[in-house]
Amino acid sequence: MNFAATFKVAMLSDKEIEVSRVFNAPRTLVFDAHTKPELIKRWMFGPPGWSFAVCEVDLRVGGAYRFVWRGPENVEMGMGGIHKEIVVPEKIVNTQKFDQDWTGGEAIGTLLLSEQDGKTTLRNRVLYVSKEARDGALASGMTEGMTFTYNRLEEVLPAFATEGA
Amino acid sequence: MNTARLDATFAALADPTRRAILARLASGDASVMELAEPFSMSQPAISKHLKVLERAGLISTGSDAQRRPRKLEAKPLEEATQWLEKYREFWEASFLRLDDLLQEMKATAGESRKKVIAKSTPKISGRAAPRTRRSKTSKEKK
Repeated sequence: MNFAATFKVAMLSDKEIEVSRVFNAPRTLVFDAHTKPELIKRWMFGPPGWSFAVCEVDLRVGGAYRFVWRGPENVEMGMGGIHKEIVVPEKIVNTQKFDQDWTGGEAIGTLLLSEQDGKTTLRNRVLYVSKEARDGALASGMTEGMTFTYNRLEEVLPAFATEGA
Repeated sequence: MNTARLDATFAALADPTRRAILARLASGDASVMELAEPFSMSQPAISKHLKVLERAGLISTGSDAQRRPRKLEAKPLEEATQWLEKYREFWEASFLRLDDLLQEMKATAGESRKKVIAKSTPKISGRAAPRTRRSKTSKEKK
């Protein structure tokens, strides 16, 4: 099984985005990899060239977490929030706010892990509390100067299928 | 950026026929007739979809009065897909590393289980299991 090919991004509605993926490991390990800073630091930093400058997790309801990434030319990007719900090893709900002050404020993140035959399906959802927050998130992506090509259009378009609705 | 326009963009993109029309227009302009063909839909049905796309600013109508070719407009699509692309890139790259880390964690968990079963003499904690490449992973549970 090609696990990388199970990767999917979808808009569940015009304010909610979902990333999903299957991993060849039981969910207790996937849960640990999402909640223990020494493990998070090893993988959750996006494209090559980025790494963690700060990685703190207080895994309790009401507890805070804070991530700061450092990228090329020492650019820093920070975010954090509060844990709202924790069900070991299957669910985490938290608030998410990036340091760049986007209009509309924070978003709600939900991590869902389900296990079958020793394999874990991960769903990571972000719900923007307002359309303004979503617009802010979209705008922040544009400041990064990503280049848009039609080549990837067919790859990106299916994400707009609102299948979860 | 304009919230109402983004709403229109997301709504327009939520329909599979309209996404297929956009994908078709990405490879070049096309008339209503040319667009209707592959979808086995009537021209009025296609025209309805085209109206939604045009209102969302995703397409425009070319100046050829007879053919009236529809043309893809990059800007709104760019706004809607760029952040999605960045999000996608972040998780796609991270998950590939997570694959490796999980295999390492599985191997480490297997090693410590074997040790317990064998009741081997306790090793100095902190000594890495032989197969872990980067031994920073903490084995012990809190």
